[in-house]
Amino acid sequence: MPGSTAAAQTLDWPTRFETLAATAHTPALQRYYAAGAPAGDTPMRDVPMVALDFETTGLDADTHSIVSIGLVPFNTHRIFCRDARHWVVRPVLPLHRESVTFHGITHSEVRVAPDLREILDELLEALAGRIVVVHFRHIERAFLDAALRWRLEEGIEFPVIDTMELEARWHRQKPPSLWDRLRGRKPESIRLADSRTRYGLPYYAPHHALTDALATAELLMAQLQYRFDPDTPLKELWQ
Amino acid sequence: MEVEQIEIRDHIKRFAPFDDLPEDTIDRLATQVEVAYYRAGSTILTYGEPIGDLYFIRSGAVEVYRRNGELYNRLSEGDLFGQLGLMMNKKVRYPATAIEDTLIYLIPDALFQELWEAGDHFADFFDIEDQGRLRAAVSRQEKANPLMTSRVRRLITRKPVSAEATVSIRDAARLMTDEGVSALILTNPGKQMDQEWKPGDNPMVAGIITDRDLRTRALAEGLDYDTPVSEIMSTDLVYIRSDKYVFEAMLTMLRSNVHHLPVLHRNKPVGVVALSDIVKYESQSGLYLVSNIHHQVDVRGLKRLSRDKAATFVRMVNEDANSHMIGSAMAGIGRAISQRLLELAEEQLGPPPIPYCFMALGSMARDEQLIVTDQDNALVLDDSFIPEEHDEYFKALAKFVSDGLAECGYTYCTGDIMATNQAWRQPLRVWKEYFTEWIEKPDAKSLLNSAIFFDLDGIAGNTQFAEVLKDLIATKAQRTPRFLAYLAHAALNRKPPLGFFRDFVMENDGKHNNSINLKRRGTAPLSDLVRVHALACGSRAQNTFNRINAIEETQLLAEGVANNLRDALELIAIVRIRHQALDIEAGRDPDNNIEPENLTRFERRNLKEAFQVISNAQKFLRHRYHASGGGSIN
Repeated sequence: MPGSTAAAQTLDWPTRFETLAATAHTPALQRYYAAGAPAGDTPMRDVPMVALDFETTGLDADTHSIVSIGLVPFNTHRIFCRDARHWVVRPVLPLHRESVTFHGITHSEVRVAPDLREILDELLEALAGRIVVVHFRHIERAFLDAALRWRLEEGIEFPVIDTMELEARWHRQKPPSLWDRLRGRKPESIRLADSRTRYGLPYYAPHHALTDALATAELLMAQLQYRFDPDTPLKELWQ
Repeated sequence: MEVEQIEIRDHIKRFAPFDDLPEDTIDRLATQVEVAYYRAGSTILTYGEPIGDLYFIRSGAVEVYRRNGELYNRLSEGDLFGQLGLMMNKKVRYPATAIEDTLIYLIPDALFQELWEAGDHFADFFDIEDQGRLRAAVSRQEKANPLMTSRVRRLITRKPVSAEATVSIRDAARLMTDEGVSALILTNPGKQMDQEWKPGDNPMVAGIITDRDLRTRALAEGLDYDTPVSEIMSTDLVYIRSDKYVFEAMLTMLRSNVHHLPVLHRNKPVGVVALSDIVKYESQSGLYLVSNIHHQVDVRGLKRLSRDKAATFVRMVNEDANSHMIGSAMAGIGRAISQRLLELAEEQLGPPPIPYCFMALGSMARDEQLIVTDQDNALVLDDSFIPEEHDEYFKALAKFVSDGLAECGYTYCTGDIMATNQAWRQPLRVWKEYFTEWIEKPDAKSLLNSAIFFDLDGIAGNTQFAEVLKDLIATKAQRTPRFLAYLAHAALNRKPPLGFFRDFVMENDGKHNNSINLKRRGTAPLSDLVRVHALACGSRAQNTFNRINAIEETQLLAEGVANNLRDALELIAIVRIRHQALDIEAGRDPDNNIEPENLTRFERRNLKEAFQVISNAQKFLRHRYHASGGGSIN
């Protein structure tokens, strides 16, 4: 699984994309990889990014499905709402009642929704050439990989910047000391809404894929302004 | 493009001017915005740099500066900036800095221009000149009241009925009955009604009689029916021009306490407007109350009637009357109560031993009285005044009126500017000395206390005394630059704030206050500075609007400044009035303090512009009259 930090930081994503462009079978995937990935030493100010969020029927990519997808392209300077996208897609497995109340997507909406395969070309085109930004990297990359394996018999690999992992760098560097625990001091929450509060970002109602993608893009902009020089190379952030 | 950008769309449409846009336009707007984040302390806009978007604050706080580095505004959630640069030359005019972590929605210039051209409401909001917005706000309100949009000529339903002044009372009454009119215009023998009439110049119109005159001056007096009508007619003709607004006719009636006004068109009488014609337009203008006051036979009756004052005030506010109408109506009521109290006092004390004039000072004299007011008055006595012989009478008269006014809700003046104070109960020659002293030997402290005397109006008795004093002031003040400089200095004592930030009043040094006294920080400094200009112009007007009109004719002020002053005064006054009306309706004691959380966003924006007008006018005042400094705030 192309997720561990050590692997990512040594990984040469532009070269990996070249290889994958040559070996992928599906034309949409070939085009996606052919668009390339920014080199690891690209300064963040020059990196095109896309914030991505999935709402899913559960947390396990192998037994749960994607219900909706939201994305919005951005860079360190601006978020481009006019190129934002949102899709509801039909999950393979039936919707649990709890997850309906969670993300607000109803059975009737899902019944008329397309299969992920039908929107895949558009999705990959929106992602092409951009670094994917997520909050908690174990959902979007794993679910998209699994969904593609199931439908196309080949998965997908791509680098991500994880805003939650960035927050963990500053707030979860070491486990709480005995002294902290005795005083009942809890570690700072690194959930999306709590992380945003630390940067003076407004509260957004959670669990809408597009709103969450926007929220994630804003959070990264704030993290970059507070924690990084605009010339910081991409490889210090991606996974 | 996704219309599901719920967060952005729902947020933007909560704020003016977007709250007025159609849903599909808001949807389109939400999909067009770009989002940017600025950490606290970072620069958002730098002077002279290109600008391609309108900036909408989603969260956080921003400070906008003038080019000279002076703080121009502090903005928060829902506020906009950058419009001036977009409308001028696409370059930043006012630099901006984030003072808190700030999230901005950027609305592309092309879309901004499109919305600007499509909707009046949207365009008004961004009017290129700051004060243009004030004009729009004031004129929107004016359009709401028919008294302010209809002209007197619309009230005329028939040609005036007239007779020669030589006819008998009986014939006059018969003609009025046949024609079904309540007023008859009387002409000089040999003059035709359609001849041009210039007031005072070989007049064709000799006078007017009304139903009331026939009752009070003929029947009650037992006059012979063959008496010529000229013996009972009113010759001091109060008239109105046909192109005046109905509310001006109302003000004229209130002021003169007459119920019929001949209407002139090109100096020819074209009709008569009666009180009942105006009441059809607006039922609660205070006119009824004023005529009722004159029928009360004791202080208790006046006290009972004065409680209707608040109801009249609230009704006028709810009928969108302007501040001039409300101020005049309230002053008219106060004047009527004072006049009636004087009549009652004379009934009790007997006729006055020498002629006197009862003067109103301050807001009543300016026709700018509101619901929360104290009494400011004085007595000007005939120069034959001998204290030992006469003062006992006038002391008792003053006490009767002052106590009566207090009973009717006009609290005693804390500065003791009342006729009960011996200093302000003096013969005309002493008053002339007072004013001469104030004007020729001014000092800063005495002017702070005596400025109120420069708004004066004779309301009962020999009002000619007050006119003599007005003449003296008008002649002397304009020739005495030193006096004007001191008066200007005193006028700079109270300054408006910079504006509002969240739920605070923001002062010019950036400090915050929880509430604002709109009289002390708004209408008072404005009428103070207008008074200086008016005296410099030799104007005898007392009302601030009338003074502005008089100043305008002299070209003392730059083009457009007079309009701005009028609009600023109207706006601040009407906000103050509306909030007092809300207090009354909610059963609270009305006052002049307003907490920003009780102001609408529109009121805040407009007030800020109005404060700016005052601030600029104060700068000009200091420069024009070489006035030194001006004291601290409050």
